[in-house]
Amino acid sequence: MRLNRSGYLIREGFRSIGTHSFMSFATVTIIMACLIIMGSVTLLSLNIDRLIKSLENQNEVVAFVDETYTEDSARALQGSIEGIDNISSVEFITRGQAFDNFMENYSSDLSEGLDDQVLRDRYVIHLTDIARMAETKSALESIEGIAKVKAHLDYAKTFITIRNVVSVVSLALIAMLVFVSIFIMSNTIKLATFGRREEIAIMKMVGASNGFIRLPFVVEGLVLGILGGGLGFLAEWGIYELLTKKVVNSVAGSFLAVIPFEQIALPMFIAYMGIGVIIGAFGGVNAIRNYLDV
Amino acid sequence: MVEMNNVSMVYESSGTEALDRVSFSIEEGEFVFLVGPSGSGKTTLMKLITGEVRPKSGKIIVNDFDMRKIKRRKLPKVRRTLGVIFQDYRLIENMNVYDNVAFAMRVVGARRREIRERVPYVLELVGLDGREKRMPNELSGGEQQRVAIARALVNNPRMIVADEPTGNLDPARSLELMLLFEKINDMGTTIVVVTHEKELVNALGKRVIAIDNGRVISDGKGGYFNYEIE
Repeated sequence: MRLNRSGYLIREGFRSIGTHSFMSFATVTIIMACLIIMGSVTLLSLNIDRLIKSLENQNEVVAFVDETYTEDSARALQGSIEGIDNISSVEFITRGQAFDNFMENYSSDLSEGLDDQVLRDRYVIHLTDIARMAETKSALESIEGIAKVKAHLDYAKTFITIRNVVSVVSLALIAMLVFVSIFIMSNTIKLATFGRREEIAIMKMVGASNGFIRLPFVVEGLVLGILGGGLGFLAEWGIYELLTKKVVNSVAGSFLAVIPFEQIALPMFIAYMGIGVIIGAFGGVNAIRNYLDV
Repeated sequence: MVEMNNVSMVYESSGTEALDRVSFSIEEGEFVFLVGPSGSGKTTLMKLITGEVRPKSGKIIVNDFDMRKIKRRKLPKVRRTLGVIFQDYRLIENMNVYDNVAFAMRVVGARRREIRERVPYVLELVGLDGREKRMPNELSGGEQQRVAIARALVNNPRMIVADEPTGNLDPARSLELMLLFEKINDMGTTIVVVTHEKELVNALGKRVIAIDNGRVISDGKGGYFNYEIE
């Protein structure tokens, strides 16, 4: 295809957006709406996932040091503990500190007459992945000098189940929305091109090749897809900022830490533009496919 | 130019036999009327010539292309050797007269300079000079059909095929249009016109091929419309 002809076809694609302004507006709006719905569900599931992860991190493992160990030899175990895979943080607590904590949390009657040396030195450990809690517990128990390890395997299992359920539900919801959105968007583009089947038939009759007919539709679909994707991204950003401000300012919000939009802006932008471009271009080609077979 | 040899055509969707062993040939530079009652198979013949449908059997050669064997992607090549005109004009509503005609040249990859030179020439030939900027809905039926003729003519086709081109026009405009076809034919372009207009056909005295029930029932070179349409 010659360059001046390609230029003409690209110009035709842009011109067509103006001449079919209502259908162009409808297409951009539908692409935008579908992307906002998909994006919102994705953001919601990302935030739930983060919330679950933060709750998981509060589920700590405590490794008690053999009471025959002096504080120095107990501290010396930190290196071996940190050497275990899946350990995200380790904090050493002396038996004295542990006693003070106990005193803070329980009635002084309970501790009456107790020696402050009655408790063991200990390590409070946070894990990277609580799904591997049992394996990490065994590794900790195998360290010489660790007398006992307390790990809430049942809690961990519950968290993992919740996280898996949330992941599966979110994925199913997103997949369903992607399917529904693609269906709606391609139908909108089909509707937009339905009124132009006569124009396509004329093109065919004067000897236009399928490529010649397709290119303006592809350009038009691409431009509308990019517009829908870009505007959808900006709208999503605005809605998210507005909602997160409301959540953070509410009572429940003081316990929640939402993901800042800036942190996920780039992947979201790429996803929005990518979906917009793919839907636009393929929608344009697919919509006129039936009219080309003349 | 057009050679049909024992062409039969059945529409698979309805099982209708539209043509039954039709044979005729149209030579370069001829002016031919194709006549017959509704449902006789005239439009099917037009569609076979333009490659919109393929025959069940027989042989069709159009401008040296074998229409039975031609690949779908090669059809634009055949159509560029033809100028097709319809009863309902089929102009692109959102393009002005100039662009409707220039469009056919852009399709075949003509250069801008060629388009700028050729389009005004063709518009003048069909009597539409000065109306380049008008939109199709600002023109009369006769003028719209002239735009369609200009579009069919602009790429210098070897043959023009017109399906009921005067169907929406009054007798005076119809005659003007036929005289325009005659002028184009005098310049060397083959003309095939499907029509019902008995007076017009007889007035022009050209070759007439009559079709009924999918068969050629007469092929008169004397130009006399000797077939009575129901």
